[in-house]
Amino acid sequence: MNYQFDFESVLSYWPLFLEGAGTTLQMSFWATLAGFVLGVLCAVARSSGPTWLRKLVGGYVEIIRNTPLLVQSYFLIFGMSSIGLRLPIMVGAILALVINIGAYTCEIVRAGIESIHKGQLEAAECLGLTPTQVYLHIILRPAIERVYPALTSQYVLLMLVTSILSAVGANELFGISNSVQANTFRNFEVFIVLWVVYLALSGLVRAVFWLFGQFVFVRRRKLGTAL
Amino acid sequence: MNVQQFEYLVQGAWGTLLLSCLTFVFAGMLGMAVALLRVSPLKPVRHAASSYIQLIQGTPLLVLMGVCFYGPNLLGMNSVPALFAATLALTIQSSAYFGEIWRGCIQSVARSQWEAAECLGFSRLQRMALVILPQALRIATPPTVGFMVQIVKNTSIASLVIGYAELSYNAKILNNSTFEPFLYFGCAAALYFAMCYPMSVWSRKLEKRLNAARGAA
Repeated sequence: MNYQFDFESVLSYWPLFLEGAGTTLQMSFWATLAGFVLGVLCAVARSSGPTWLRKLVGGYVEIIRNTPLLVQSYFLIFGMSSIGLRLPIMVGAILALVINIGAYTCEIVRAGIESIHKGQLEAAECLGLTPTQVYLHIILRPAIERVYPALTSQYVLLMLVTSILSAVGANELFGISNSVQANTFRNFEVFIVLWVVYLALSGLVRAVFWLFGQFVFVRRRKLGTAL
Repeated sequence: MNVQQFEYLVQGAWGTLLLSCLTFVFAGMLGMAVALLRVSPLKPVRHAASSYIQLIQGTPLLVLMGVCFYGPNLLGMNSVPALFAATLALTIQSSAYFGEIWRGCIQSVARSQWEAAECLGFSRLQRMALVILPQALRIATPPTVGFMVQIVKNTSIASLVIGYAELSYNAKILNNSTFEPFLYFGCAAALYFAMCYPMSVWSRKLEKRLNAARGAA
């Protein structure tokens, strides 16, 4: 192998990489936030809504989970512009991510809800809690606490797949690196740099979720112990 | 949409299927190796396998695709066929996930089974091959089928850096010349759904059966 590596010319574009990483994190943040809300609402609808709503949400979850994100975002973004709806690319990209991650969140949270023991509900009713209180404190909160590790993995994955949205023109880390490749012709080096940056970002996202969990789930028990 | 265009889409679906099958075969073998290394009695081996998994799972598939597409050039290969690069990238990525999934399955075989095998005087190899793996296989089937759905969906990414002509690539080409995104991407989505949904259902069924069997035992 007599290839001369040239990381210097690639690394001299570090402000671009930094900007791209910032955009990636921003997209992930909004997609996580909105996707979590959508997912929890869907999970509640799917486990205790009227039959038609359950079927509707079930259909949404199955369609999203059995088609690739790339095709979903092509469908949404090219489709919207073909009927004259011109959204800023970032809004469209985040919307595609939210629709996608909402379905995955729904399935994870639903599994959490189903794992809540019936005795807990009966006990809460005996204590005279209102149905809303029961839902919030006895079902939803412990359910989310239980599936928190799974949610964390899913949202780290979400951060990584934002790169796919570069295909529809989002200027996040991966999209912005295209211009570095075009300027330096150092494709391989650019991909190695990207690898390192994405590793750092996924470490960061994991750390943030861990820290968040420490504050939100104060009475955290060991997983698998009786609730 | 005329017949030719539909045929073009079906051709793409064939490319998707081919890439998925190749990935499943190679990633299955590599993933099995990773899983076995992950439960090795030697600490350095275990750590090496777990760093491999973290290194792969911490980066998007797109970046892996790029590395596998441009990397072989550095080793003196002049042109890399798209199918080769795509299979390589998907194999590396899926092997990390399979390694982690199957490690969990191997370790979830009841402790007493390991001990019993040891008491019977089996060697390490015999214990793994005759006692643990056959039982782990039963536990592993539902998540493995579930992950096959992920593989099919992940093949769509091979159209981006590498430009391998699979379903979403062909749909994009058709859309570029006709500007009917709802039609073509809708059809592509339907074809993906037709490939993935049966596997999703199958995976869930297998899981239910496994849970029932374990509950009865």
